[in-house]
Amino acid sequence: MVAARFSPAGWIAALFRWTSSARRKYGGEWWLMVAGVVVIAFILTMTVFPHLFTRFDPNDQNAGSQMTAPSSSHIMGTDNLSRDVWARIVYGAQTILGVAIAAALLSAIIGIPLGLLSGFAGGVFDRILSLIMDSVYSFPGLILAIAFAAMLGPGVINITLAVAVVYIPTYFRLVRGQTLSIKEEVYVEAARAIGARRGTILGRYIFPNVIATVVVVLSLNIADAIMTEAALSYIGLGLPAGIPDWGMDLSMGKKFLPSGIWWMITFPGLMIMLLALGFTMLGEGLAEILNPRLLEK
Amino acid sequence: MVFVMLTLVFVVLRVMPGDPVSAMLGGHAPEKVIQQKKADLGLNKPIGMQYLDYMGKLAHLDLGESMIFKQKVSQPILEKLPATLELTFFGLLLSLGIGIPLGVFAARRRRSGRDYGARLYANVVYCIPVFWMGLLLQLVFGIFLGWFPIAGRTSPRVEVSAFSKTGFYIVDTLRIGNFAAFGDVMWHLVLPSVTLGIVLSGIFVRLTRANMLDVLKSDYILAARARGVPERRVVYNHGLRNALIPIVTMLGLQFALLLAGAILTESTFSWPGMGRLLLERIYLRDYPVIQGVIVVYTLFVSVISLVVDLLYAAIDPRVKY
Repeated sequence: MVAARFSPAGWIAALFRWTSSARRKYGGEWWLMVAGVVVIAFILTMTVFPHLFTRFDPNDQNAGSQMTAPSSSHIMGTDNLSRDVWARIVYGAQTILGVAIAAALLSAIIGIPLGLLSGFAGGVFDRILSLIMDSVYSFPGLILAIAFAAMLGPGVINITLAVAVVYIPTYFRLVRGQTLSIKEEVYVEAARAIGARRGTILGRYIFPNVIATVVVVLSLNIADAIMTEAALSYIGLGLPAGIPDWGMDLSMGKKFLPSGIWWMITFPGLMIMLLALGFTMLGEGLAEILNPRLLEK
Repeated sequence: MVFVMLTLVFVVLRVMPGDPVSAMLGGHAPEKVIQQKKADLGLNKPIGMQYLDYMGKLAHLDLGESMIFKQKVSQPILEKLPATLELTFFGLLLSLGIGIPLGVFAARRRRSGRDYGARLYANVVYCIPVFWMGLLLQLVFGIFLGWFPIAGRTSPRVEVSAFSKTGFYIVDTLRIGNFAAFGDVMWHLVLPSVTLGIVLSGIFVRLTRANMLDVLKSDYILAARARGVPERRVVYNHGLRNALIPIVTMLGLQFALLLAGAILTESTFSWPGMGRLLLERIYLRDYPVIQGVIVVYTLFVSVISLVVDLLYAAIDPRVKY
């Protein structure tokens, strides 16, 4: 039995046992999460092996004739520069997914320690930081991202930074709130009583208890970041020409909308929605499974 | 809050690369001209001094002057603000009009087909990018069917100068009784506000549903049903009125989302509002106007949270001021 655990067949068997018990336990929410994972996995495969999905190059301006409607040779048609729309979608997945995940992780990496420290330390430090974070939080995030993106100029790194700035307060507020309540728990008091250092208390006692909620928020946050990234590149901020991107393709399609070129706007937008929906479903499913009370607030 | 945001934006604008002088004169102007222009605009002073100057003026409700055009900052803002207000007002009205009834509808039978249907709608709609929704509506109702215009606030044949006074075209046209123009203005409002309304309605479905579920579990609902109060009255008068309190709180918080959505809607529908003003001036690095727009947005959010507090008293008679 022990030997079987370490064979691939054993892993699959274990995974299957785990999924079937989880499915019985959580019902509808389980399927929600599975649907999310399937969508994300599909688009993730697209980013890793784009050549499996299309034989065209996203920037090839001789892929077909100009602005042809979807047909068997170009399943989603071609755009104004004769590029294959589906190829641009396949390769554009790398941009949007990369930026959104990197931005969400970056804001988590900045927001979580600040929230932990602020909640744990209290005092003037906490007051000032909370004031700043609350102000930024209640302000329309997109406007902030627009300002940053415009000032930083185009570039993949720059757009990631602009998106990340918006979500730092989300993590800060979440982690700070949790830290405040966990700080008062008996086990933290016990740790203090046996003389644990403050770093140990923060890292070993408080942080692990915060992390479950963070995972849920991270997933929902990536969904938001996807839409912010798409919005920024849609209004023409953020990415240099030559990088395929769904938001940019949409704004291109917008120019030809009056002539009824529906395929240039339908498909990139659909992909943005699907990807965001995938992460939202994953997040909601996780929330129900990890902490049933979280979504009822 | 206004203060914190403004300080943040002030510093960010000045620390980041690019400045109004090079945006205005291009990269090839002689050094002397550039320095002269910077001195005129006060950009050669230390940031601290610039900040104090600006705050001093702001305390007198003076937003300063544009660095690019010869105009007061308040002038373009006053021109564009009514357009944004009209759009957000109707967008919000629609999203509440769709979201609250659908939320109640879902909550009345938990875990039924219609509950899952409403939740699915809420999630899907929340994930639709506002601008894509706008483009699709433009495509179907503007291009294919040709029912609605896809850009601007009025048709070219409507003389705006004939009625424009406050900038609120709806009010203006009604004031002078020009119903043809009023119809035209409303006709242009349909697609942008439907776009904004549908996308935001998802949040209100979720909010209403969650709060209604809580409320419908309470003892007074049971008591009302026991007394034989008709189900409609139980749900709407006893249930919804109590569920509205947390919904209104969230309404204040969702306002930021509404404004962000409005920017994208404005850009999709060539709507001459604050969002477009902000984008234009960011490209020109027109610091005072950017700051002015931020001040207005922040004030907007603050005023809304005040209104929300006042609304409590109207909904919840236990709250007295």
